[in-house]
Amino acid sequence: MNDMRTVERAVDNTEARITARDVQVWYGEAQAIRDVNIDIPDKAVTAFIGPSGCGKSTFLRTLNRMNDTIPICRVLGTIELEGENIYDKRVDPVQLRAKVGMVFQKPNPFPKSIYDNVAYGPRIHGLTRNRAELDEVVEQSLRKAALWNEVKDRLHAPGTGLSGGQQQRLCIARAVATSPEVLLMDEPCSALDPIATAQVEELIDELRSNFSVVIVTHSMQQAARVSQKTAFFHLGNLVEQGDTSQIFTNPKDPRTEAYITGRIG
Amino acid sequence: MSDTTATLPGEPKRGSILVASDRMRRRNRIEGIFRWLGLTAIVASLSVLALMLFTIFRDGSSAFFQAKLSFPVTLEAQVLDPAGNRSRDEMVKQTTVTYGKVLEGAFLAALAEKGIQTADIPEKDIRTMLSKAGPGELRARVLAEPGLLGQTIEVTVLAGGRIDGYLKGRVTMQSAERDGNVTTEQLVLADRLKDAGMLGLSWNWNFLTNPDASDQRPEAAGLGVAIIGSAFMMVLVLIMCVPVGVASSIYLEEFAPKNRFTDLIEVNIANLAAVPSIVYGILGLAIFINFAGFPQSSSLVGALVLSLQTLPTVIIATRASIRAVPPSIRDAALGVGASRMQTVFHHVLPLAMPGILTGTILGLASALGETAPLLLIGMVAFVSNHPSGPLDGGILDPATALPVQVYSWATRSDPAFIERSNGAIIVLLVFLLAMNVTAILLRRKFERRW
Amino acid sequence: MTVLLLLTILAVLAAAGYVLGRRRALAVAGGDPKQLHSLPGFYGWHTAILAFVPGFLVLLLWLVIQPLVIERGVAAHLPESVQADPAARQLALADVRRVASGLDVALSQGALTEGAIAALDASATDLRAKLGEVGVALGAAVSPEVLAAAKDYREATARAATLRAVVIIALALGGLAWALKRIAPDFWARNRVEKVVLWLLMLASLIAILTTIGIIWSMLSESINFFRQYPIGDFFFGLTWSPKFGGGSELGFIPLFWGTIYITVIALLVAVPLGLFAAIYLAEYASKRTRSWIKPMIEVIAGIPTVVYGLFALITVGPFLRDVFAQPFGLGSSGSSVMTAGVVIGILNIPFISSLSDDIINAVPQSLRDGSFGIGATRSETIRQVVLPAALPGIAGAILMGASRAIGETMIVVMGAGAAAKLSLNPFEAMTTMTVKIVGQLTGDTDFHSPETLVAFALGMTLFVITLCLNVLAVWIVRKYREQYE
Repeated sequence: MNDMRTVERAVDNTEARITARDVQVWYGEAQAIRDVNIDIPDKAVTAFIGPSGCGKSTFLRTLNRMNDTIPICRVLGTIELEGENIYDKRVDPVQLRAKVGMVFQKPNPFPKSIYDNVAYGPRIHGLTRNRAELDEVVEQSLRKAALWNEVKDRLHAPGTGLSGGQQQRLCIARAVATSPEVLLMDEPCSALDPIATAQVEELIDELRSNFSVVIVTHSMQQAARVSQKTAFFHLGNLVEQGDTSQIFTNPKDPRTEAYITGRIG
Repeated sequence: MSDTTATLPGEPKRGSILVASDRMRRRNRIEGIFRWLGLTAIVASLSVLALMLFTIFRDGSSAFFQAKLSFPVTLEAQVLDPAGNRSRDEMVKQTTVTYGKVLEGAFLAALAEKGIQTADIPEKDIRTMLSKAGPGELRARVLAEPGLLGQTIEVTVLAGGRIDGYLKGRVTMQSAERDGNVTTEQLVLADRLKDAGMLGLSWNWNFLTNPDASDQRPEAAGLGVAIIGSAFMMVLVLIMCVPVGVASSIYLEEFAPKNRFTDLIEVNIANLAAVPSIVYGILGLAIFINFAGFPQSSSLVGALVLSLQTLPTVIIATRASIRAVPPSIRDAALGVGASRMQTVFHHVLPLAMPGILTGTILGLASALGETAPLLLIGMVAFVSNHPSGPLDGGILDPATALPVQVYSWATRSDPAFIERSNGAIIVLLVFLLAMNVTAILLRRKFERRW
Repeated sequence: MTVLLLLTILAVLAAAGYVLGRRRALAVAGGDPKQLHSLPGFYGWHTAILAFVPGFLVLLLWLVIQPLVIERGVAAHLPESVQADPAARQLALADVRRVASGLDVALSQGALTEGAIAALDASATDLRAKLGEVGVALGAAVSPEVLAAAKDYREATARAATLRAVVIIALALGGLAWALKRIAPDFWARNRVEKVVLWLLMLASLIAILTTIGIIWSMLSESINFFRQYPIGDFFFGLTWSPKFGGGSELGFIPLFWGTIYITVIALLVAVPLGLFAAIYLAEYASKRTRSWIKPMIEVIAGIPTVVYGLFALITVGPFLRDVFAQPFGLGSSGSSVMTAGVVIGILNIPFISSLSDDIINAVPQSLRDGSFGIGATRSETIRQVVLPAALPGIAGAILMGASRAIGETMIVVMGAGAAAKLSLNPFEAMTTMTVKIVGQLTGDTDFHSPETLVAFALGMTLFVITLCLNVLAVWIVRKYREQYE
């Protein structure tokens, strides 16, 4: 645990996990995202902020091709995961999503036991060879999601029976269990009460030691608390990006400043 | 611990996302199979439907055509009107047997005149090539127009059912050898008659107008009584079921207090919709026929049974469309001082009307195809007379219905009736199609505006 | 005076009431409708209702009571022995009614005169032949008692009809006059009219309840009659079904129940996989456009009358199964079989299962699918491991409803399953079901009061109870399931 600080300091040095260049997203004739260029660093939390409808969630969903499920949605430009274009014809989005996991706004545990929820990813991706390994993965994932101690005695109880905050941490454990390289979180705390929010935020901070985390939030305080990098979206444009401290204390763009001071949003 | 973390089980193989892993290929194959199964299920279901419709049209379309023989007949006045005074009362004494002899004689004479070779066929077999329905038709024609007596007229009479089957390909030389009702010689003669232009298939309106006919003359059987019976029942169901259904929907949606009794009605309606149709037949038999003493086989009883059966459908559809009228419309009407009753009848009901109409038509369509309950109230009986008009008490006369006619023909032993049965289905399906298309057009035309 | 004529008179009086009431309301208001509490039309409606409704209700009541009263009087003519036995009494009374209506027909056709009827003597004239001439067929020769009763019946009916007309017209006129008298500017006509309309609406909604009561009463009363003649234990646990004309029938329910269940199971084996996979494809794979085409096409299957499927079973499916499976494998030589009926009912049930499952699959929240896709599951993995387990209770409900429909299906089994009640495992053998026997026993020529006919009501009651239980259970499961996601 004592190497936490080195990780924190190393943020600026790690290379980008995801690089997006000139990304445009269209819903039919309407353009939702205009020419976004951004690098997502490894082992750090990147926050996307902006008023609602600014395109931050849409852009997040392009990073693991969740937009593929919407028939009228088109993505232009390139998004590279470790140098490989994820919109390449040869890429199977299913295989991609094993590397770029996602956690959603509303906790959505499957109507299965806690164990089966977490084991779902490893099972479908065939990550384990036997039951003992699977048990190990489930335990590790629940530990990483800071849920192990609360549920270790009732692994076979239904996941839907947990409290809201526990459910969201279960969903995080479920996403972590496939050992993704990048973890996308779409407003993971918006459906939670303040205490659960604090627990999940603490968890996010811990997760960056293993993963590259991208979080969409409408709460500037949350972005300031958990992220190292922040990107501000407005009306489909990526207005400004940089270190979180810089964005919040010394924004360069007047729109960012207006948002941060509460004049738009 | 740090050791195990390095080789933590569950660590994905860090391969390129550009190359599908073996496992990914296998998973995609399963995905393909699953999708294929779904598509297969749909294709299989629709193919069976297509096959069924195909067999119906293949076997049934010929029912609309009928083999008919045409030849001249001299109507000897001494034979058909021995009294000689052209009085109808006297002439009815000549039965179809007399007319049959006249017809057969004329047929044989026509054969001889045309020079058609008949030496190899017994005379009896030649006579039976004429349908047994022919003499009755001729008699009716003469009685209606006594002036024909003494003239030589050209008649077109039905050929026997087997000859008809031969012309349509149902009866072949091979099947005739095993069939007691037809001989191969008769079929040979039929060919000669066809060549001579005396025998041919022609459009058969009688299939839609004639009443049912007995087992011996499938060629004369028609849907007349069934169509009238079905029409009577549909109109009666419309009159009885729709006002009651709409009224009870209005009550339940707009006025009913929320209490146990209303709940009971709700549960009750939902369950009635799922009661097997035959149970309604038992109800009709016990209540309307045995208890109330309504006449068996009548369209009135049929309509009562079908109305009760259709009622839940109409109520469910009507309530759905009343519920779809936004509350703002009610508020607006109540706000300008209309009473609740006026609000419902002036505003809610007109707006819900398209939905009610659509639901009603679909309910009627299912009532039109209903068979089982009608069997129990005696509508499967053989009815050889058309019912009277609706104002002359026709709804109390014995009648049958289209789907029941399909069933009763299907159970007869003569295969000629199977053709009729399929033909009746075609008529039934045409009516159903018309009703459904009307419902769809109505729905399109009055698409919701809010 | 006929009922139809009376109704017409009532309608005319009601129409007159509307016009008079409206006119009088305007008159008392001095031609200014604003002086009135309600619109003038409501005063008209109020008058019309009072003219029509009381008379109409009395007429309905009269129609129910009159035959009971008259029959009691007429029955006095019948021999003591006939009066004692309810069944014989009913038959004799039916004869009386038929003779009476035959006399009416003869009268209207001019074959008899009133005087001639009064002078009729059953021993002297062959009344049966006489009535046969005017088109009224009688089952047996007319006995003197029946003739006397019939004459009495005619007279009593005629007297009652006159009385009825007088009472009803008087009521209508009285109601009309009273309503007209009530009209005054401060009379709340609209509220009164609306109250009546509300009552009518409520009465309409009671018909649904009455139907249920009618169903239960009709089947229960005749079932009780049946169990008086045939032991209830022998019915429910009897292993043999062999009705005989001469009595001594064995009417065991088990073989019919077995046939019903066997056919239902086969129907579900066909309908559930096909319907479920079709629903999955439509809900999860098909594009909106495809869906909008395929869904109605599948629903066409449900829109076709069952008798059409019956014929399809009889002439296409049955012979096909016999020639391709049953005969080559030595399993039987019958076109009608459990398999034939089961497969065809299964086909009919596909759209039912698929549209219910489609609704249920669509009710599974999208967030569950997203969660699964978000960690890299394929569509089929998501469906099999997330959507279907979540939808399972709902689908179970749909299957129960499908089973209930298969059990109650009649035409397909009548035409495709056969009539032999057997306890056999061979699906290519002809067997029979409860519904087949209901149709068979009730459309046969046996005496209505014999156990061979009455057994149909016991079968109907059992069928009703089974399907009702299945449906209630299914609805309960589906509702529980819906609540889970609300």
